[in-house]
Amino acid sequence: MFDGLLTITVFLPAAVALLVTLFARGENADQQIRWISIGATVVTFALSVLVFVGYDQSAGGIQMIDHFERWIPIDALRSSYLLGVDGLSAPLVLLTGILGMAAALGSWRIKKRVREYFLWLLLLETAVFGVFVSLDLLLFFIFFEFELIPMFMLIAIWGSGRPRYSAMKFVLFTLAGGAFMLVAILAIYVSPDVNTLAMVSIPELGITGIPELMAGADLAAPAALIFGFFFIAFAVKLPLWPVHSWLPDAHTDAPTAVSVMLAGVLLKMAGYGLLRINLGFFQETKGFTIHDVAGAMSIVAAISVIYGGIITIRQTDMKRLIAYSSISHMGFVMLGVAAVGTSAAQTSAAGLNGAALQMFTHGTITGLAFLMVGLSYDRTHTRHIPHLGGLWKKMPLIAIFFLIAGFGSLGLPALSGFVAEIMVFLGTFSVWPWATGVAAFGVVLAAGYTLWMVQRVFFGERPATPGLSDEVYDNLTDANWVDMIPVIALAAPIFIVGIWPSVVTDMFDIGIQAVLR
Amino acid sequence: MTAHDYWVLSPAIAMALLALVTISVDLVTRNMAKVSTVAFLGLSAPIILTLNLWFGWFGDPATAREATGVAELGSALFGSVETDRFALFFDFLLLTVTAGTILASAKYIASDRMKDYGGEFVSLVLLSVTGMMILVSATELITIYVALELTALPVVALAAIHRTKQGVEAGTKFFVLSAISSAILLYGFAYIYGYTGSTHLDVIMNRLAVLPTEAGVPFGSYAVLLSVIMIVAGFGFKMAVVPWQMWVPDVYQGAPTPVAAFLSVASKAAAFAVIMRIMYVAFGDPVLMQDWSGLFAILAAVTMTVGNTLALSQSNIKRLLGYSTIAQAGYILVGVASVPANQVGASFAGAGPQGVLYYLAGYAFTNLAVFFAVIAITSRTNDDSIEGLNGLLKRSPLLAGLLVFGLLSLLGMPPTVGFMAKVVVFGSAINANLTWLAVIGVVNTVIAAYYYLRVIRAIVFEDAADESTFSADKPLLAAAGVAAVGAGVFGLAPFLLLEFAEQALSIIPAIIPGI
Repeated sequence: MFDGLLTITVFLPAAVALLVTLFARGENADQQIRWISIGATVVTFALSVLVFVGYDQSAGGIQMIDHFERWIPIDALRSSYLLGVDGLSAPLVLLTGILGMAAALGSWRIKKRVREYFLWLLLLETAVFGVFVSLDLLLFFIFFEFELIPMFMLIAIWGSGRPRYSAMKFVLFTLAGGAFMLVAILAIYVSPDVNTLAMVSIPELGITGIPELMAGADLAAPAALIFGFFFIAFAVKLPLWPVHSWLPDAHTDAPTAVSVMLAGVLLKMAGYGLLRINLGFFQETKGFTIHDVAGAMSIVAAISVIYGGIITIRQTDMKRLIAYSSISHMGFVMLGVAAVGTSAAQTSAAGLNGAALQMFTHGTITGLAFLMVGLSYDRTHTRHIPHLGGLWKKMPLIAIFFLIAGFGSLGLPALSGFVAEIMVFLGTFSVWPWATGVAAFGVVLAAGYTLWMVQRVFFGERPATPGLSDEVYDNLTDANWVDMIPVIALAAPIFIVGIWPSVVTDMFDIGIQAVLR
Repeated sequence: MTAHDYWVLSPAIAMALLALVTISVDLVTRNMAKVSTVAFLGLSAPIILTLNLWFGWFGDPATAREATGVAELGSALFGSVETDRFALFFDFLLLTVTAGTILASAKYIASDRMKDYGGEFVSLVLLSVTGMMILVSATELITIYVALELTALPVVALAAIHRTKQGVEAGTKFFVLSAISSAILLYGFAYIYGYTGSTHLDVIMNRLAVLPTEAGVPFGSYAVLLSVIMIVAGFGFKMAVVPWQMWVPDVYQGAPTPVAAFLSVASKAAAFAVIMRIMYVAFGDPVLMQDWSGLFAILAAVTMTVGNTLALSQSNIKRLLGYSTIAQAGYILVGVASVPANQVGASFAGAGPQGVLYYLAGYAFTNLAVFFAVIAITSRTNDDSIEGLNGLLKRSPLLAGLLVFGLLSLLGMPPTVGFMAKVVVFGSAINANLTWLAVIGVVNTVIAAYYYLRVIRAIVFEDAADESTFSADKPLLAAAGVAAVGAGVFGLAPFLLLEFAEQALSIIPAIIPGI
């Protein structure tokens, strides 16, 4: 079975990137590269919409399968080239399409080493797409790790502050997590009862997936250990307290578009992994199931939310502030996953749906916030909050959209953040009332740090000294139409999902129900 | 020799003739550009003849076989040489490597200190490849031995071609150790001949099956045990396997870099080919297979660990690559040790041997990319320490990119061929009940990450003492680029090589029964 759409979606950015890098020559090369790369992300976005819309909700299951069994033609290895989407991955594919396009558009002003920059940015997009559509564990791992090389280069070469340090920290954290994941994959693979790498069952292809095979099977290592290794890999990536410390550095030092990609989709790879693997594989395993640690997960989630929120309030760098707020918001994802409860009967699908939706909304909201910080920084050349103030008069558009991102992030009704958080709270409260109650304070904190920052940066008075000099302040300009295209692209889904959430929640629900079996 | 013999040996014969033509061109024109061009273009002859044998374009070898009445498909010279698909797989690999080496040394042989020996350089390489092509086809012990000597002697001259102190030391070291290992090998051959009364691999297998065995003794008899150990020791030298690895770093450092590149890939591939053939054909009985699997598993574990550990403290890039090739040989040995006889479940279709072929080919592309990039860089900077690579990314982005990509593949980073090859080899080890070996392999990969990343860090992050930019000559760059593209493509699409490898192995009954 080879539908082809997913393969094209995944590899189009990489293919264009390689061709452009090799063949764009001459004086106008940089301009050509910009146009062609952005064109490629727009086409990829259209393809991702096609994937999302083309998914037949009434049929459910895995669709648009690209299966090439003889990818590694060794029967014993039981790995195949298997791509497909279900309700869980289709919205994330769409999210990647949107953010990939926004990131490329937002990189319009990059002047340094344009050729390489777009090469890495497009390769990054391919890697992220690959993670969301791979249904073979080996393939999933390849894409999960492959994302490191472009990220490393993008942060190290085009970053600011201490880019090499941050890039190295990011890579080391993720590599360490990846090593745990590889061991976990091997442990599943070597278990005689399982010995496959297919992540889902696909009856029409005769594929029995790991979730089904692992139910009640004897594993080569204790199920708790395998679960833990996967969990570590994803906790680092999500990131959860206490393995979050790479994130503020990476975010702060990365160029704007890379921050957008990092917060928008890279963190979602971890949430997706938690739902697909930790939840999907470990519901009926012998001796240990995800239900045994749901309580612990809810506590870690609550700590992440509150700890992230408190640290966020103290930040004085706009970008670092948003980075820390991501830790708090990704804690909600973990909290939603904890809604799986202590038994299958207790499981709240609403909480899990909320976790999935929180990934989608956080992607667009935080992506937008980073984009706005980038636009503001391009003009003021500082992100230090006490140095700023009264920017509203000079750049109203930037301020408005910054405010939209802020409202989304604090969970204002009619914006998508509200829907996701309310689903997580309602779903998880029935299972873990205390942890949810504590985590709900995260919303109060979010309101605090978001509004306070907006107030200090855009409203209020200009600080006398040390702030922007009169010359700089007087010459500040608002965003122009080129800047606004990616902004609109990210703001639109925030409103659409806020007002009409079922456009993605129906989809997620199909995926979650399938994962819960 | 019958017409059929010539037919079967045609690729090797063409190669030998090409060596003679090349040296004649050198004699007549004294123009190194012409020598390189003739050698490079002339390679199309053996390539076409190899393709012909694989596809049977100009008459199927099978029909020729019926006409001559020789029993085996494509066998010649009374069954002592067999240009089957297994041999052809390695012929392709060797020819690709040779083409790359000639392309990469075009500038080098035209340099001032080389131009008097440029023709000799190229024809010695071609002669050595001739030996390797016969070696991978040989199915009889004496032929194997003769081909092996033909492979090794030109390399001795190549290593010492500069006649500098280091070069001569490298050449002498290689010569002496090569001679000793040949002697040991010959001793092993003599034992097995004395025990079974034949030098033909297939006959040896048949005799071993009927000869009485002693219970509790590996291989059923001390004579066979001793012989296997000596054979493995003899080839261990060529494969650069611990404890016969001492020559590698010295020779790599002392010999001209194109020679080191050639040695690290071609000579290793040929040695692995012949050891696989001997083991699977002569000792292919499932019981014997389990015995030598254990031997190779231990060698693999020791080789990986020693190679990687010693590489950690190197400060010279060529020496570091020398130790890295030792470690890589260890990974390949994991595949050799993963024999079908130890399989778990019925669906095992020779994953270990397939992994070996895949790893060797992938490694060839990767290592050539790395070595060619190093040649290009050191020929400009005249500094082969790792500090000499500092800030390379700014000085020569393209070469830096190629080198980093190659190093990432050696390290086994997804999605390069290095990663995929390790997955296949370690996966086959797990399937062959050698999970402990796979675990040692994974741990070694992590150790290796340290020194590969150290080089990458120097290239990407350190500041160069000399900021001047440079690029490489077109032929060298093309060779390195093609090698790197190969390493990328075969990583993303492993089936391209693995299908090929499966066909190559299908002719060895002990690997894939029933085909």
